Amino acid sequence: MEHGNQLTEKEESKAYLILADGSVYQGKSFGAQGTALGEVVFTTGMTGYQETLTDPSYYGQIVTQTFPLIGNYGVNEFDSESKKSWVKGYIVREWCEEPSNFRCGKTIDQYLKEQNVIGIYDIDTRALTKKTREHGVMNGAITTELPEDMDAFLKELKEYTIREAVKSVTCTEKTFHKAENQELHVALYDYGSKENILRSLLERGCSVTVVPYNTSVKEIMDINPDGIMLSNGPGDPSENTEPIAILKELMKTEIPIFGICLGHQLLALANGATTQKLKYGHRGANQPVVDTVRDRVFITSQNHGYAVVGETLNREVGFVSHHNANDGSCEGITYQNGKAFTVQFHPEACAGPLDTKYLFDTFIGLMKQQ
Amino acid sequence: MPLRNDIKKVLVIGSGPIIIGQAAEFDYAGTQVCRTLKADGLEVVLVNSNPATIMTDKTIADKVYIEPLTLPVLKKIIKIEKPDSILPTMGGQTALTLSMQLAKEGFLEEQNVKLLGATPETIDKAEDRQLFKDMLESIGEPVIPSKVVTDIDDALAFAEEIGYPVIVRPAYTLGGTGGGIVSTKKQLLRIGENGLRLSPIHQILVERCVSGWKEIEFEIIRDSKNNTITVCSMENVDPVGVHTGDSIVVAPAVTLSDKEYQMLRTASINIIQALGVEGGCNCQFALNPDNFEYAVIEVNPRVSRSSALASKATGYPIAKVASKIAIGYTLDEILNTVTGKTYACFEPALDYIVVKFPKWPFDKFVYAKRTLGTQMKATGEVMAIGTTFEQAMMKAVRCIELNLDSLNLRKLKEKDTDTIEELLHHCDDERIFVVYEALKRGISIDTIFEITKIDRWFINKLNNLFKMEQSLSQGELTQEKYKKAKKLGFLDKTIKNLSGQEPPQKLYASYKMVDTCAAEFAAETPYFYSTYDDENEAREFIEQHSTGKKKVIVFGSGPIRIGQGIEFDYCSVHCVTALKEAGYEAIIVNNNPETVSTDFDISDRLYFEPLTPEDVDSILETEQPWGVVVQFGGQTAIKLTKHLKNKGVKILGTSADSIDAAEDRERFDKLLEHCNIPRPNGRMAYTTEVAVKEAQKLGYPVLLRPSYVLGGQNMIIAHGKNDVIEYMDIITATELENPVLIDKYLMGTEVEVDAVCDGDDFLIPGIMEHIERAGVHSGDSISIYPPQTLTQEIRDTIVEYTGRLAKELNVSGLVNIQYVIYQGQVYVIEVNPRSSRTVPYISKVTNVPIVDLATKVALGAKLKDLGYGSGVCPEGDYVAVKVPVFSFPKLHDADNHLGPEMKSTGEVLGIDRDLETALYKGLIAAGYEMHKVGNCVLITVKDSDKPEVVPLAQKFIDFGYKIWATKGTSEYLREHGVPSEIVNKHDGPSPNTSDLFDTGEVDFVVSTSTIGRKPAVHSVQMRRKAIERNIACLTSIDTANALANSLLMRKTLEDFNMVDIVKI
Repeated sequence: MEHGNQLTEKEESKAYLILADGSVYQGKSFGAQGTALGEVVFTTGMTGYQETLTDPSYYGQIVTQTFPLIGNYGVNEFDSESKKSWVKGYIVREWCEEPSNFRCGKTIDQYLKEQNVIGIYDIDTRALTKKTREHGVMNGAITTELPEDMDAFLKELKEYTIREAVKSVTCTEKTFHKAENQELHVALYDYGSKENILRSLLERGCSVTVVPYNTSVKEIMDINPDGIMLSNGPGDPSENTEPIAILKELMKTEIPIFGICLGHQLLALANGATTQKLKYGHRGANQPVVDTVRDRVFITSQNHGYAVVGETLNREVGFVSHHNANDGSCEGITYQNGKAFTVQFHPEACAGPLDTKYLFDTFIGLMKQQ
Repeated sequence: MPLRNDIKKVLVIGSGPIIIGQAAEFDYAGTQVCRTLKADGLEVVLVNSNPATIMTDKTIADKVYIEPLTLPVLKKIIKIEKPDSILPTMGGQTALTLSMQLAKEGFLEEQNVKLLGATPETIDKAEDRQLFKDMLESIGEPVIPSKVVTDIDDALAFAEEIGYPVIVRPAYTLGGTGGGIVSTKKQLLRIGENGLRLSPIHQILVERCVSGWKEIEFEIIRDSKNNTITVCSMENVDPVGVHTGDSIVVAPAVTLSDKEYQMLRTASINIIQALGVEGGCNCQFALNPDNFEYAVIEVNPRVSRSSALASKATGYPIAKVASKIAIGYTLDEILNTVTGKTYACFEPALDYIVVKFPKWPFDKFVYAKRTLGTQMKATGEVMAIGTTFEQAMMKAVRCIELNLDSLNLRKLKEKDTDTIEELLHHCDDERIFVVYEALKRGISIDTIFEITKIDRWFINKLNNLFKMEQSLSQGELTQEKYKKAKKLGFLDKTIKNLSGQEPPQKLYASYKMVDTCAAEFAAETPYFYSTYDDENEAREFIEQHSTGKKKVIVFGSGPIRIGQGIEFDYCSVHCVTALKEAGYEAIIVNNNPETVSTDFDISDRLYFEPLTPEDVDSILETEQPWGVVVQFGGQTAIKLTKHLKNKGVKILGTSADSIDAAEDRERFDKLLEHCNIPRPNGRMAYTTEVAVKEAQKLGYPVLLRPSYVLGGQNMIIAHGKNDVIEYMDIITATELENPVLIDKYLMGTEVEVDAVCDGDDFLIPGIMEHIERAGVHSGDSISIYPPQTLTQEIRDTIVEYTGRLAKELNVSGLVNIQYVIYQGQVYVIEVNPRSSRTVPYISKVTNVPIVDLATKVALGAKLKDLGYGSGVCPEGDYVAVKVPVFSFPKLHDADNHLGPEMKSTGEVLGIDRDLETALYKGLIAAGYEMHKVGNCVLITVKDSDKPEVVPLAQKFIDFGYKIWATKGTSEYLREHGVPSEIVNKHDGPSPNTSDLFDTGEVDFVVSTSTIGRKPAVHSVQMRRKAIERNIACLTSIDTANALANSLLMRKTLEDFNMVDIVKI
């Protein structure tokens, strides 16, 4: 990259953030131009913006970064968690024009433009975060041109909901990934899976067949996996009636199951528990989770707006093995058959701490016992 | 697990005097620790030799011993107090080393004392170079190729094997004392031998030099359940090679992708778990900027300067949490006091960026080597918080009080571009400014990076500042451009200067809260920093927490530096406490991350901000205080007086006019004349010519100093014309706003008083007498309370003068007055209508809460109603001796000769029933060896000191020493019947002083010289050599006499009373 200290001032065109409550914030435009509607959420992670942008769980959402300096190390060709960016819009205080890192390939602005993601900067992201915290998650829009009919626009904004999220992000065909030292074979339900779930399994000697979200029990049995992995994913978990029905059936088999995030929620729903929408969710890399079995607290990476209501889980079916140390919400379930366990957080990290990756080893242990 | 039930009484060991590498951060940590333990119902016994700290206040612990931090003393206190536990990890390296020695000797076990937070095995694994390496290798963490050696030949052989440059690190030394990067065999010989000698276990590490790699730090906490969190990551702007204490540091790390960040975070966790530390720990890494290769540089298994910084940077109280863990709690049981809702088991999320900037003493030590390396040289530091790096950086350079409003360093302007490029190669305290100047000269970012290895990210950010400068100096100053400049940290003053225009509409800063969680949870922390946004959280906070009380702002004292140390923080904290007790809301403004005053628990609101007029204006705008206090924050706060007065702000206590009357030479002279109080004759000068002329008129020796200074900055005694010229050349190198003062120098006894005055009455808690005659800065003198040699008549005169001056100046609050007693007459040397560095210790030994009284008086109370009487307080039962402590081993080429310019970084107190024991304790606490180690003393003094050296030499002989002396001194001694051996001067033929030092037989050097501070001067070189050899150097005959008298008392530990000052 050519560096010079010539005095070029970057072009600054205006952009606006409009929230469903009618408030308008003026900022500046970066990334793509146009208008994007979505659910405005915030993440407190201080690193890992590339992983955030490419995490399918953010489908339909406009993401606010609470850390003010974004894009410091640019975007590289290695750290994406899926093939593309899924966020509807991106809100930062400042993006870095001159990133610095040995793996840096492009600036975040270039990346957002390529991905056609509309961004806004020079926003008081702390004020916005406080608003989201107090008000709860709200719909919003980023636009490079103010709408002529604001009332109509706000109506449209209020009506926006994320629908058929999983269907939109899942793969359409199954793919097989062979581990170098294959010992086991895992079927991975892709509800919007982050790449690192796949990588975490492969590096532990599990070959993986990634399957679409609605793959039937029979098809799974044909694959004959040693274990089933349920991935993370976006949206309201209770919408996913088809996958829930499939999971009910799979619970009857003796195949070990490990679920993450949406996978955790779907398995809970399949077992009779309910889920609820959190006021403003957990998004970041610093969430403390109590593992009641190990009597330990782990710092975890999280990205979810819904949670399983722990109390609705029948004790004969399973027990809450993990809970959030801050708000007590359910963060993990171990099922009584001893073969299935799920967590709300992200042991695969990326971005975030690697402290709970041992859960993959637990899963492998279960499969080997089988 | 909750509080362990086998812990009832805990001994906490402090870190002792402030020295480079171990400063106020341990007062902050220690105070927090004692408070935490007490809150848990434990009995706390504290030992710390440093009287200037909040930690040694009577209210902080149940028992407070201001005693020397030595093994025998600690043993004695343990036997008296019988604590069941000892907390070794809160008092820096000093406390840790002592505790480990107590444990290893089996003393703790014998006395049934448990070690909390760390075991000797843990500490050894972290501190012994070989064990550390073995531990890292066993968990697969990479280390830099290195070898522990105990002799220089092995060092040379290993360096050949891995190739130069190599780094030398002595084992168990503070702040890396004695280490360095060496590029040649010759250098290794010198630094390696020095390092071996300085290491208490005669061991050094020779390692591959990874300078130029990124330096990244993590602060980690672990509990007994193995729960582990990282509080904060930090990235050094200066790459590996510069001690982290001397580096500009940002938090969090900014140039690391999540992969690199998590890699190092996980490594930190692996390390603390392998060590088994229960509490706080700091890990430093070198990270190759071109790949994922990294290596562990260092691990500190205790709270440290970095942990204080991390605490202030995040709002997470590391020392408090670590002490809770030490007494049994686990992270998930400790409440996060910031949110009140969440627990200590989480990792702070920042939504701002923090810049730490070191404060170096090179303005004091003009001839000291400014090069930065592995040995720390900074005396203190500042921290700035911003929403952009540029803003935080601009704030930081304002905080360090170099009179800068941007990164433009005046003296670099005149240098040509080739010189600037050349200067980039010099890694010293000014390099960041050189980088900025280089950008302005069009030197490319790549070139700057190649030379400095400062990450391009930082260079580009500095370039943004330069671009803004350019933009401001061209075209119209639109509101938008103005706002953008404000967001990058420019002051209005600077914007006006650059643009030549007034901003269309002035913007005041708004304030954001530091809340540990990036606003994810509602927080109640009254801890704010400024930025330029619409939402002002401080204003919201004030509205929501409206108490109806009057608001008072206390301005703090900024970074710790020579002349303005921790004492002023002590005063600021006491002022805040007194204000709160008196029913006011107390707000503090300060920028020093190491101190108690910037703990957000102390005041009702804390603003972490620079202390410049414009920064203060925005705070005033938000707070709308009823009044402000400037008299406790040293010169930093006093400097604001004029500005505040012009704004019409109510200054509590002594008025701006009175302050000016004390500082303005002409007004002060008139005042003294009016009071009929004598002072040494004095004149003023702006130029060298006038200075020489005036000096001649007064007659040498004369004292030269600029007006408006603290700590005797740039103050010398001139014995002749050449001294005046040398001095004026240095002082006139920068613009002279105020004249240089020239005073007749009177070599008499120096006496100091602190007094509280209310306009009618005054109260002097105690008179202090200095051992060294006038000419040695009061901060560098051994000071004794109560005075030992003054007649009642003189005492009465001093008291009377003090009252007269206080009344005439209309002091409301504190005043510090220095007198010299010369030929039976009392002269005033200096009047400072503000707090002074003696206030903490005199408060403690006299039991008069000086700051508390002064604050109440400033608020309008009258002394007669406060219950402490007036006039001079009756003397107590104890004698207290304050002994200065220096950091000369860290500062190459700095002359250690004491003079009117202050050089000490800290102080200790000896307190006992009689003077001799108190002095003896003080000297031991200050690090003097009070028993024979070698067998001789070297004496070399200037002619005027020779008569006095005769009885002095005799005292050393009586103690059993042999005397070596340089020719002139030796001959004089012989003529007066005192035997001595002649040794050649430093650069003379063998045997010279240097050879003598190498024998290890010299315990003390007595050296006085008349000329110059230049390092080339023979006596300076000789003294430097002595310092490098760790030989005590006495440069004042009075100090030497006191020491010799004390030696002859042949005191032993058995003669000591252990004094619990709570009971005084």
